[in-house]
Amino acid sequence: MTQDPVLSVRNLTTAFRTDEGWRSVVRNVSFDIASGETLAIVGESGSGKSVTSLSIMRLLAPGASRIEGEIRLNGRDLLGLSEKAMRGVRGNEVSMIFQEPMTSLNPIFTIGRQISEVLTRHKGLSKTEARAETIRMLERVRIPNAASRFDEYPHQFSGGMRQRVMIAMALASRPKLLIADEPTTALDVTIQGQILDLIKELQDEEGMAVLFITHDMGVVAEIADRTVVMLRGDAVETGPTEDIFHRGRHPYTRALLSAVPKLGSMEGKALPLRFPVVDTATGIALEPVGAERSVVQHQPILEVRNLVTRFPVRSGLFSRQTGAVHAVENVSFDLRQGETLSLVGESGCGKSTTGRSIMRLIEPTEGEIQLDGFNVRELGALELQRMRKSIQMIFQDPFSSLNPRMSVGQAVAEPFLKHRMGTAAEAREKAAYLLERVGLPAAMMSRYPHEFSGGQRQRIAIARALSLDPKVIVADESVSALDVSIKAQVCNLLLDLQESLDLAFLFISHDMAVVERVSHRVAVMYLGEIVEIGPRAAVFENPQHPYTKKLMAAVPVPDPARRGIRRGISNEELKSPVRPLGYRPPVRQYREVSVGHLVQVADA
Amino acid sequence: MTVIEQTAGVEPREKSRAWGKLKKSRSALAGLAIILFFTVLAVAAPLLPIPDPVATSWSAIRKAPSAAHWLGTDDLGRDILSRMIWGAQASLMAGIFSVVIAVVIGVPFGMLAGYFGGWVDLVISRITEALLAMPFLIMAIALAAFLGPSLTNAMIAIGLTAMPIFVRLTRGQVLAVKQEDYVEGARSVGLGHVDIMVRYILPNVTAPIIVQATLTVATAIIAEASLSFLGLGQQPPAASWGSMLNVAKNFLSQAPWMAMWPGAAIFLVVIGFNLLGDGLRDALDPREH
Repeated sequence: MTQDPVLSVRNLTTAFRTDEGWRSVVRNVSFDIASGETLAIVGESGSGKSVTSLSIMRLLAPGASRIEGEIRLNGRDLLGLSEKAMRGVRGNEVSMIFQEPMTSLNPIFTIGRQISEVLTRHKGLSKTEARAETIRMLERVRIPNAASRFDEYPHQFSGGMRQRVMIAMALASRPKLLIADEPTTALDVTIQGQILDLIKELQDEEGMAVLFITHDMGVVAEIADRTVVMLRGDAVETGPTEDIFHRGRHPYTRALLSAVPKLGSMEGKALPLRFPVVDTATGIALEPVGAERSVVQHQPILEVRNLVTRFPVRSGLFSRQTGAVHAVENVSFDLRQGETLSLVGESGCGKSTTGRSIMRLIEPTEGEIQLDGFNVRELGALELQRMRKSIQMIFQDPFSSLNPRMSVGQAVAEPFLKHRMGTAAEAREKAAYLLERVGLPAAMMSRYPHEFSGGQRQRIAIARALSLDPKVIVADESVSALDVSIKAQVCNLLLDLQESLDLAFLFISHDMAVVERVSHRVAVMYLGEIVEIGPRAAVFENPQHPYTKKLMAAVPVPDPARRGIRRGISNEELKSPVRPLGYRPPVRQYREVSVGHLVQVADA
Repeated sequence: MTVIEQTAGVEPREKSRAWGKLKKSRSALAGLAIILFFTVLAVAAPLLPIPDPVATSWSAIRKAPSAAHWLGTDDLGRDILSRMIWGAQASLMAGIFSVVIAVVIGVPFGMLAGYFGGWVDLVISRITEALLAMPFLIMAIALAAFLGPSLTNAMIAIGLTAMPIFVRLTRGQVLAVKQEDYVEGARSVGLGHVDIMVRYILPNVTAPIIVQATLTVATAIIAEASLSFLGLGQQPPAASWGSMLNVAKNFLSQAPWMAMWPGAAIFLVVIGFNLLGDGLRDALDPREH
């Protein structure tokens, strides 16, 4: 590109004031973005990628931060502008969309008003002109019946639709630069695909420059012309996306890429496989050997038959029940020792509710659950506590799954003591052993959770779950919140533990690529029902149900060669599992495709 | 595996850590010093060489501070310094014990309401709201009148009146903490309700309760004053800071010292409790360094 860049960043250094003085979190970062071009900044948490974008917008608290270097927007130095002039730039020449579509819209104003405000303020349009323009914008982001939705409030929109509204608002002022900070991270994978396509489409039409911030290499490959890889505040590598992916020079780039689970990488393999261990200093990947194992075919440890869980929906003056959320509908499966069964699906498909129902953290409505000799649904309070020794859970968010007021040693030893499995001394010994087992020094026992990183906390949560010697572990999105390299490590740990302790995992996840790597069998859930279940290889290589196919097609694959691919703009939303009172779910038929591979037959 | 030995003694470390942190906090120590100072004065009142706090003197009515009466005298010629020291007893007790009553009753009810929800919450919350709907003082006066005039009854009345605030506060905090994964995690390892409430919820809801408690100490001291004014608290002629303040307000322009000293004392005690409360809150939080 020969034209002048829209945005030119030179030697950007941002520091924050701390107790020990100024601490730089972004150092000497330089890049250009031309109009019509997409630049991605990719990195793990703490890499400074978001701070970079906030520095460009000058949205950091002035007293507590210091921005140095040069940021030129169309030749004008943004760092030299007054705060007032800067307000004219934000939302006008540069727009920003954020990660959380649920909180970035003001809930008390209609979406129409929020968008037209941008137009009346920055473009000086009259109210009627702004209204017409707003409706045109909503149509451009493919919101159905845009005119009639103008006067609706944010809560009346789904997450994906809200992100569209955010994009419409960002684009209303026809910015020259759009900064998108993890805009699809909080969205379901099929919705993420739609939003990525939409951004690409709109960029083609408007010719704006896009700065895309993400941690997801799949998204980078799909959207970015050029990529900046950041590591702890430094831009370690900058270049065309193709080069970064195929000829990455910096060891960290290579490490990051090899840790990314890649859908389709397991073709032809029958059993789970560990992630390659990569040295971030040298970038050399060691393919793990001897990682595969087969499941000994014995009696299932967990049998679930026709599980149904519904939540009443109440409304009106006397909160009468007016309907029900059919969260889990007629779900059946088996799980054997040493086996991983993954439940995959998008938000609201009932996968987490299934896990919680099996543990009776939520009371199921109907069905039968046999777990390690317990008839789970018939258990009284005392027997239920005994059953908890057989099944344990690992949660998604390592920052909220440990009690901040309890030391790590106490947290790991507590279940052991509560179930009177030994003395206090034995509990301490066990806790020390388990911490070492999950890769943490036992000397850290007296520390508190806030002193650990996300990955370490997840290891602690795993150690705690193991303290009762359970046979089944429900891992509810247990690796979803972790950075790629940490995710790979924790997955490997889970596989190690499975191998040595013969654990059965019910692995609940929305991440198809991780699921492909770790599972023996997979069940795809949609609107509370299992639509397809079978051995992993069968489901991934020969998906039968249309929803399974759609889900797999939506996953961004970290391969820049696929960048041209468009899924075709659609604005289909996830359906709601809320049904009116007295709704009878249809009786489903399943068809056996191959041994153990069952597919729900579509409605006749 | 040599590190295992070092890990013995996880339990004692937590307490010593909290103490160590409290000792390092200068403001908390200052708060503690203020409270100790007044407490010692109050306890030592009978031993100190000070005039009788109830002895009136028609020749020394509303005298400004002097060598004979360091802090001056009141409208009946009683020595203010002496009344201040004797009054510290009543005021500190009113402040502390009513708050203890309010916390000891209010927090458990708030925990129950927030934790169990449903009809338990419904009953507790409705009663709390009904109690809160009544003005604080009217409520305290009604209760104190019902219980009969004495300092003890005044403290009980103030405590019960302040209690609904703690129910509400605790309930709200519990509702927030209950959402955290670690509470569900505690259920999933088989812990019972009591364990979860005591070990998982209570430690995570204490911070705002401590702050509220220190602020309520001030309210309680003032409330005791109002009750004494109506003859429902400390019985005259015995002194309390609040009752002194109450009388003093009639002579604000003629004898400002009458209001100044009890006012300053209440201010200091409240500051003291506040500083100590803040320090305590931070010391108990492992996240603070």
